[in-house]
Amino acid sequence: MIFVIVEHRSNKLRDITFQMLAKARALANKTKSELVTVVLEDTSQSFEHILSSYADKTLLIKDKYMGNYNSEIYQEIISRLISRYKPLLTLIGHTSYGIDLASSLAVEQDLPIVSDCIDIDLKDQGIHATRQIYGGKVNSLVTIEHEHCIATVRPNVFKAGEKAELSGSIIDHSVSIEKTTLRKRFIKLVTSPTGNLDITQADKIVSIGRGVKKKEDIKIIEDMAESMGAILACSRAIVDKGWLPVERQVGSSGRTVNAKLYLAIGISGASQHLAGMSSCETIIAVNEDPYAPILSIAHYAIIDDLYNVVPLLKDKLCSKRR
Amino acid sequence: MNVIVCVKLVLISTESLKLTEAGNIVEKGMSYDINEWDGYALEEAILIKEKYGGSVTAITIGPERSDKMLRGCLAKGADKAIRFWEPFIAGADSKILARTLCEIIRKMKYDLIMFGTQASDDGRAQLGPMVAQMLGIPHATMITRLELINDIAKARRELEDGIEEIVEVALPAAFAVQTGINRTRYAPLKGIMQAMKQTIPILSLSDIETCECSSLQGIPHVKLEKLYIPETDRNAHILEGTVAESTDKLVAVLTDKGLL
Repeated sequence: MIFVIVEHRSNKLRDITFQMLAKARALANKTKSELVTVVLEDTSQSFEHILSSYADKTLLIKDKYMGNYNSEIYQEIISRLISRYKPLLTLIGHTSYGIDLASSLAVEQDLPIVSDCIDIDLKDQGIHATRQIYGGKVNSLVTIEHEHCIATVRPNVFKAGEKAELSGSIIDHSVSIEKTTLRKRFIKLVTSPTGNLDITQADKIVSIGRGVKKKEDIKIIEDMAESMGAILACSRAIVDKGWLPVERQVGSSGRTVNAKLYLAIGISGASQHLAGMSSCETIIAVNEDPYAPILSIAHYAIIDDLYNVVPLLKDKLCSKRR
Repeated sequence: MNVIVCVKLVLISTESLKLTEAGNIVEKGMSYDINEWDGYALEEAILIKEKYGGSVTAITIGPERSDKMLRGCLAKGADKAIRFWEPFIAGADSKILARTLCEIIRKMKYDLIMFGTQASDDGRAQLGPMVAQMLGIPHATMITRLELINDIAKARRELEDGIEEIVEVALPAAFAVQTGINRTRYAPLKGIMQAMKQTIPILSLSDIETCECSSLQGIPHVKLEKLYIPETDRNAHILEGTVAESTDKLVAVLTDKGLL
């Protein structure tokens, strides 16, 4: 049996759920085991009807406090279900929700866990998983020799499959949670303000990353962006330093952009960044590292120090403009 | 508020890494620093101390070279620093590391335990929740804002797509912070001078071993089979030449595509 812990937010199943379902289906077929989804939802939701066409079984836990992913509630419920069904493998998204849940669940259940997997295989001797370390510069292959384990799955690595046409059974495991015993309470969702700027609407974007060494250096890149009618955006590192506001951040924790031009300057291209810009029409990278991950999705690149490239490029673009 | 902050020294890899013939990462000539996330966790711990009083204790599991990082923590405002090391730790999985931290922390007084959400080297994002579970306290990860109201922490968690959630967690609790939660400070000269004089206790297995951690030296559940450098399917067309030539080519591409 393979468990998939379902993620949903704001009344919608999240993409990671379907990506895990696709991977779990392949592993279930290989090991001739059942694919079982576990869904916690509130009384107004009915995700089980969608899930039952993908899964052999759906374990449903419906209660008024389960509309949001509170890892404390999830852990209590899922721990019980793991004890009862003893799945070979439990798949959880390596997302903000999953990161909050998976590792403490693994401790409670005394199960081995491997996190942020970009590939997973089940063999006779347990699980084989591929992970990225050092931000994708090195891959590590790890094994767990154990009958049961937990793995968290990196988003946007496995492709969601076609909608299956199963009619899996739905098993109600609803229990009500004593809210007074909870040590962690969900209060509300908040959307970070966009301010006056919406980079998702931009046609042309010049985006900067960790390669920019000082805040003062942003000015010349901003001038260059302006000379070509582009908007300045950035990777997370720049926002973390407080050099640009969060509404300019591209990536899975920032905005997803779909511009005609994305000129990435000094951005190595962590997977979280690529997730926010990979569908741009023309991607050009300026990076001194010939192995930077951004080169896997960029269409054109200059392999050089941005501090050599930018001043010259800016002059050429300005004179072109005149 | 007594705050414990768990920090880790990591290899800094601004450029690509190489492997030895035996398949280990070539560390020679590379530099080490505090894990970026942990730097923010330390700052948050110090901010809490400055606002509410109390103390900050930095704990690391690492070899001797980690002492410089711990002195950095002391210089910025930690009151105490502790280092644990045993050679077997080098190949330990997260659960063994968490168990070790748990046994060290169990004997201490604390209201909050701060972690970085993940480390820039292994990227596992596991330790905070594991230690919390072992200690029997609640936790929250991906924290971008933390406010304390009596014995409740009001925390903002970063979700995806620019969405955050607000949760309330009863103290004592563990929090794993995201980068950017605060602006990390530079160590003041006075702090650096004081930190030089402080002693850093070095703990080993005999200092923490209880019946529960006799299994610490057991075979790790998660076994590393091999490391390899992923093949970059480099699809980018490289604009070659001197910088004058490559920028000319770039302008030509932009012009061709009507992007200017």
